[in-house]
Amino acid sequence: MTSQDRVPMVQLLNPEGEYGVPSAYAEYGKYIEDLKEEDFLKFYRDMARMRRFDYEATALQRQGQLGLWIPAIGQEAAQIGSGYAVGHNDHIFPSYREHGVAITHGIDLMSILKMLRGVNHGGWNPDETRFHLYAIVLATQTLHATGYAMGVKFDGKVGNGDLENDLAVITYIGDGATAEGEASESFLFAATNKVPLVYFIQNNQYAISSPVATQTTVPLFQRGAGFGVPGIRIDGNDVLASYAVTKKHMDDAREGAGPHLIEALTYRMGAHTSSDDPTKYRSKEEEEYWKARDPLARLEKFLRRQGINQSFFDECDAAGEELSAYVRSETFALGNPPIENMFKHVYSEAHPLIEEQLAWLEGYEASFLDAPQGGAN
Amino acid sequence: MSNTVEMSIAKAINAGLRRAMKDNDKVLVFGQDVAQLGGVFRVTEGILDEFGPTRIFNSPIAEAGIVGTAIGLAMRGYSSVAEIQFEGFIFPAFNQITTQLAKIQNRSEGYLSMPVVIRVPFGGGIGAVEHHSESPEAYFAHTPGLRVISPSTPNDAYWMIQQAVASKDPVLFFEPKRRYWQKGPVNLDAPPAGMHTAKVVREGNQVTIATYGPMVTTSLEAAAMAAEEGTSIEVIDMRSMAPIDFNTIIESVKKTGHLVVVAEANVNVSVASEVAARVSELAFYHLEAPVIRVGGFDVPYPAAKLEEKFLPDADRILEAVDRSLAY
Repeated sequence: MTSQDRVPMVQLLNPEGEYGVPSAYAEYGKYIEDLKEEDFLKFYRDMARMRRFDYEATALQRQGQLGLWIPAIGQEAAQIGSGYAVGHNDHIFPSYREHGVAITHGIDLMSILKMLRGVNHGGWNPDETRFHLYAIVLATQTLHATGYAMGVKFDGKVGNGDLENDLAVITYIGDGATAEGEASESFLFAATNKVPLVYFIQNNQYAISSPVATQTTVPLFQRGAGFGVPGIRIDGNDVLASYAVTKKHMDDAREGAGPHLIEALTYRMGAHTSSDDPTKYRSKEEEEYWKARDPLARLEKFLRRQGINQSFFDECDAAGEELSAYVRSETFALGNPPIENMFKHVYSEAHPLIEEQLAWLEGYEASFLDAPQGGAN
Repeated sequence: MSNTVEMSIAKAINAGLRRAMKDNDKVLVFGQDVAQLGGVFRVTEGILDEFGPTRIFNSPIAEAGIVGTAIGLAMRGYSSVAEIQFEGFIFPAFNQITTQLAKIQNRSEGYLSMPVVIRVPFGGGIGAVEHHSESPEAYFAHTPGLRVISPSTPNDAYWMIQQAVASKDPVLFFEPKRRYWQKGPVNLDAPPAGMHTAKVVREGNQVTIATYGPMVTTSLEAAAMAAEEGTSIEVIDMRSMAPIDFNTIIESVKKTGHLVVVAEANVNVSVASEVAARVSELAFYHLEAPVIRVGGFDVPYPAAKLEEKFLPDADRILEAVDRSLAY
């Protein structure tokens, strides 16, 4: 592996599923002490759910039911752990691979499939769910998150020690997106305004085919430092590190500490999207190295060490079957959106071109209904 | 008795902003150098003293960041008035404006609105260095989801900035920088028509000139010169480049049969082109001559000592008027 991989990182659960808190990371360990058995089971259940969803969506894409699929296999610990660390008032600004974070915030997974089938652009209410819409143009969401966090600060909802009302913001970006200028501008605005914002970088090693070294010569957790955004690297395949470190920095941000950056070192075990072919740019050996660090297998080992019975894992498998059946039947039942949808909400207020063009299209479409039916005689 | 005061366009925008900020405490003003200095044109001068640093503040020199954070603030319920210092510096923000600001209401199916005003001093004629004299409005007028307007008088400046701030949609507010110091009456009580309504600013019956922004003044000069020679020109201040109020232009063309469209922007694929195309579709049988566009040449905005030859003036407008009448 590269020199970047020798940088120390927060790891609380090793690849063998053994839990331990190095003294340097004691401040994070205490967040795990507060967890109950049910929390660990919840982590596993949702990580397994996320992976099963991914397999099913991949199959649906191959069957022509989805236009595209964006796999996140291998990133379950980074997403489920950090997603559950987000507080009940906090807002999340995702990139476009955060299906696991969506699971932790109650987004109907069919919303994600509808988007990738081409029915709409997501359709969930960003205010109500506090999980904002996917951002396809890389790093644009980091500035929206920063502006939102500036508003939170202007509203006086930071640093009151009031966990019911104070809030923080988290934004997810990938290693590739850190290269965008807008990510840098976001670091700067976040630091100069000292806003309650956590950057969660999932370094999954590749931006489509380009390895991390294409985007950076310094480890990404250091990327914000020059702007005034300190950072820390975690083992992104360790759900406990992901949860604990995110929770601590979200708590700190809510209390007024300013922005912080977390680099979760992980691996995109699948392709960039269903249009990609990873065999052209990475080796079998590398894939095997990361397979041995599979986040889901690691948590399973931990739970079995804790004495969790086989019956729990059987239940998770059964829930996976149920989820698969659900998304298949729902996807097959999806119709096409009505034509007027493309004209809706382009503007909040009346606009003559929208009205004129919708009226024209409706008339045009209706003209086919009036035409004689049937073949030539 | 209406409450009318004389002021410049720059002062009128300032007064309009203050009134918008008084009406709604969620209105924020930010951009480069807008606070203590009041902006390089002093348009926001004194607002810091009146409203304090929580309502108006300087931004880092990062245009994408200015617009991107305005979007995030809109998601949190704030109405931002973001200043881009000169139109030539808007392009670092082009991504946030066209892929995000313009699309978020549609993308979110109306769950989010985007009450963001981007103030942009535009146009030439001030002898400036490169990137300080351009007219990039067509890029934004072409983008669905944006509203694009430009005031040409102090009264419009005072009211249209308030209408833009009150809109739930994103508005590009192009300020004719060489007219900042042009004075005129502002009626503080009665708003004029809505910000997307074109206005006949001089009546006439032989040729129609449709124009906007800094060229309204130039077109009125041309019309006055033509009147001395017995030609009657009707001048329409379009006021809005997106959407365009075609009805007002068509009504005038029905009367005159001749249309000249005037703007500083280079003419190829411009707002003026769209006016020519639509009027040809909507008033074909009323036209006595092809629609003629008068604007900048299709070259990069030239060095200042050549801008006089680049920009339309009253004579170039009248040359087009003569061509139309002679057709």
